[in-house]
Amino acid sequence: MTALAIVNAHIVDPASGVDMKGNVLCVDRKIAAIGDISIPPEARQIDANGMILAPGLVDLGVVAADARACAAGGITRVALMPDQSPVLDDPALVARAMLGGKPDLWIHPFAAATRGLAGEELAEAGLMKAAGAVGVATGRRWIPSATVMSRVLSYASAFNLPVVTHAEDSSLADNAVATAGDTATRLGLPAAPAIAEALAVARDVMLAEEYGARIHFRKLSTRAAFDLVRAAKKRGVAVTCGVTPAHLLLSENAIGAFRTYARLSPPLRSEEDRLATIDAVRDGTVDVIASGHDPRGTDAKRLPYADAAPGMAGATTLLPLSLTLVRDGVVTMNRLIELISAAPARLIGVHGGRLAVGDEADLVLFDPGAPWRIDDEEMEGQAGNTPFDGLPVQGKVLATIKGGEIVRLNS
Amino acid sequence: MTENSPGQKHSSPGVHPFPHRHLLGIQGLQPWEITYLLDEAEAWVALNRGTTKHDGRMQGLTQINAFFENSTRTLLSFEIAGKRLGADVVNMTVAASSVKKGETLLDTALTLNAMHPDVIVIRHEASGAVALIADKVDCPVLNAGDGRHEHPTQALLDALTIRRRKGRIAGLVVAICGDVLHSRVARSNILALTALGAQVRVVAPPTLMPPAVERLGVTAFTDMDQGIEGADVIMVLRLQRERMDGAYVPSVREYLAFYGLTRERMKRARPDVLVMHPGPMNRGVEIESQVADDINNSAITEQVEMGVAVRMACLDILTRSRRGVEGWS
Repeated sequence: MTALAIVNAHIVDPASGVDMKGNVLCVDRKIAAIGDISIPPEARQIDANGMILAPGLVDLGVVAADARACAAGGITRVALMPDQSPVLDDPALVARAMLGGKPDLWIHPFAAATRGLAGEELAEAGLMKAAGAVGVATGRRWIPSATVMSRVLSYASAFNLPVVTHAEDSSLADNAVATAGDTATRLGLPAAPAIAEALAVARDVMLAEEYGARIHFRKLSTRAAFDLVRAAKKRGVAVTCGVTPAHLLLSENAIGAFRTYARLSPPLRSEEDRLATIDAVRDGTVDVIASGHDPRGTDAKRLPYADAAPGMAGATTLLPLSLTLVRDGVVTMNRLIELISAAPARLIGVHGGRLAVGDEADLVLFDPGAPWRIDDEEMEGQAGNTPFDGLPVQGKVLATIKGGEIVRLNS
Repeated sequence: MTENSPGQKHSSPGVHPFPHRHLLGIQGLQPWEITYLLDEAEAWVALNRGTTKHDGRMQGLTQINAFFENSTRTLLSFEIAGKRLGADVVNMTVAASSVKKGETLLDTALTLNAMHPDVIVIRHEASGAVALIADKVDCPVLNAGDGRHEHPTQALLDALTIRRRKGRIAGLVVAICGDVLHSRVARSNILALTALGAQVRVVAPPTLMPPAVERLGVTAFTDMDQGIEGADVIMVLRLQRERMDGAYVPSVREYLAFYGLTRERMKRARPDVLVMHPGPMNRGVEIESQVADDINNSAITEQVEMGVAVRMACLDILTRSRRGVEGWS
């Protein structure tokens, strides 16, 4: 028997409504007891000193399953995008992808919605579900054909799989690398209007509604898109959406003079849309905050802006950047843990994101006030490229525990 | 050195007239720095009109013109400018398609740098590419056009042309007309002319108007007749062939009808309006031949002349530090 006890913790578990001081005991990978419990003498003990103990973060829709970065960021499960090499459009590839991070990180793959993510032919969603896929995803791109998308949605609904999609109307945004506006105009960058996002959301919400499918927009960033999601939720459509810290904290101003680390997908938006993104988190329109972890090597970034690959490393900074929302009074700590752990776990139907006796003991212990400075040279895992380089933040992961095993312990 | 030789005039003590290592854009230049460049260029105009068009101040220095995008006129202009200053000028022209994007661009920069050039002139099809290279080399870099972003020497030569013909820039109404969306010439000109106090208007069909262009301090018009009303200067931009036939505008004849500069339309501007075009022109598309060739109003060939003078001034100024010119180290 291996036993690990975290004592004197401030336990926050939105799934069970727990917000209290107490201890958590893990035995043989599972949670054995929670609360005011006695600790067996043979258990290894971690004194939390009143710091927050929450279910391990569940990062929905990463492009790279980056175990080291996740351990540093308190992430114990990721839902992996099918944009791998090769593309996850085959049950065997899904099964293999699941094994990638174990035991420190559990990977829940999304099946490619279409073969090769080409947006044309349906991939084997049913067989891939049997192999472990937790949803179907269109990948980094939107599916341009409404016919194909309607079939993806209706087919996935038969298997009760959520369809995760990218929301940018590619007929409008395909060659764009920035949002149309004064920044793109000043820099002379190919740009698409921000409504390219809402156009995609409008079509896909209607299709999901028509076919009774579950749809999740992985990264939304504009007021018009949130308005559509808000209205659809009121009508009872099974729609959910996510945002990333980058779109919550940065506007297109971060592009400055061609800073390719700020080249993201969707592109950074106007300040008005950034504020609308925060409002959408505040009023509950947003269901999930995810890192969008899509690290790119320096070779893919040290290019002219339009040629640089979009994407950023986000796994290690998901928690500290999201904690800004708590300090700013946008959400409570309890709600934040819901957004970065409980809700994404529920969305993909896994027994994570909660502290329940008998569940996998996935935990994160963090100090919400500890200050540090993001330094991309020192970031863990793949290619530490982040538009937040140099930013002072608060909130430090003290321990990441996956299945009762300490995978990361910071003093 | 003669009395009027460039570099003779010194501004007030303690104020460096041009404290920049590179010339990457008009963005970031102060109005007095732009004026200084124009003043310096003025003196080269006289030399270029003389019989002995030579000044040896860049003797022994190597100037590389690295053109990643096709160009005839600008390349020639930079080559002549460098040669008249006595530099060893080398042209490297690479059809953009044959250069692999990515690493190669920075690798090319490092390769060029290893040859110890004293100034590099760069044109590239991607916005921001020139600044990227400038970061990696040890010598001054001159932007000869990067994507849709900037083309600073074009804006300087346009400003010089206007100043010589009109005697001033402040207070003039300048209408920049045509494909503003894809034009680095328009961007640099907007920055330079607004900095120097002109009232700048941009005129374009809505499909070729950059979003939020008013934020650059200009007034936008989609009706050309209104846009050139009372203008002192009309700057006509080139419309690329691939944008004419239905992509951005329905047809050539429709474009000419609504956005072409015709003699008839020109009557709305001031009688002494100055007509400019960065070249090469599409006669009968954005500009009628009779307008382009009108010796009273057209400054199009003069722009080319000023181009050499402006580029000589820029090359001279950017290499002063390495030449050890007093006050420029």
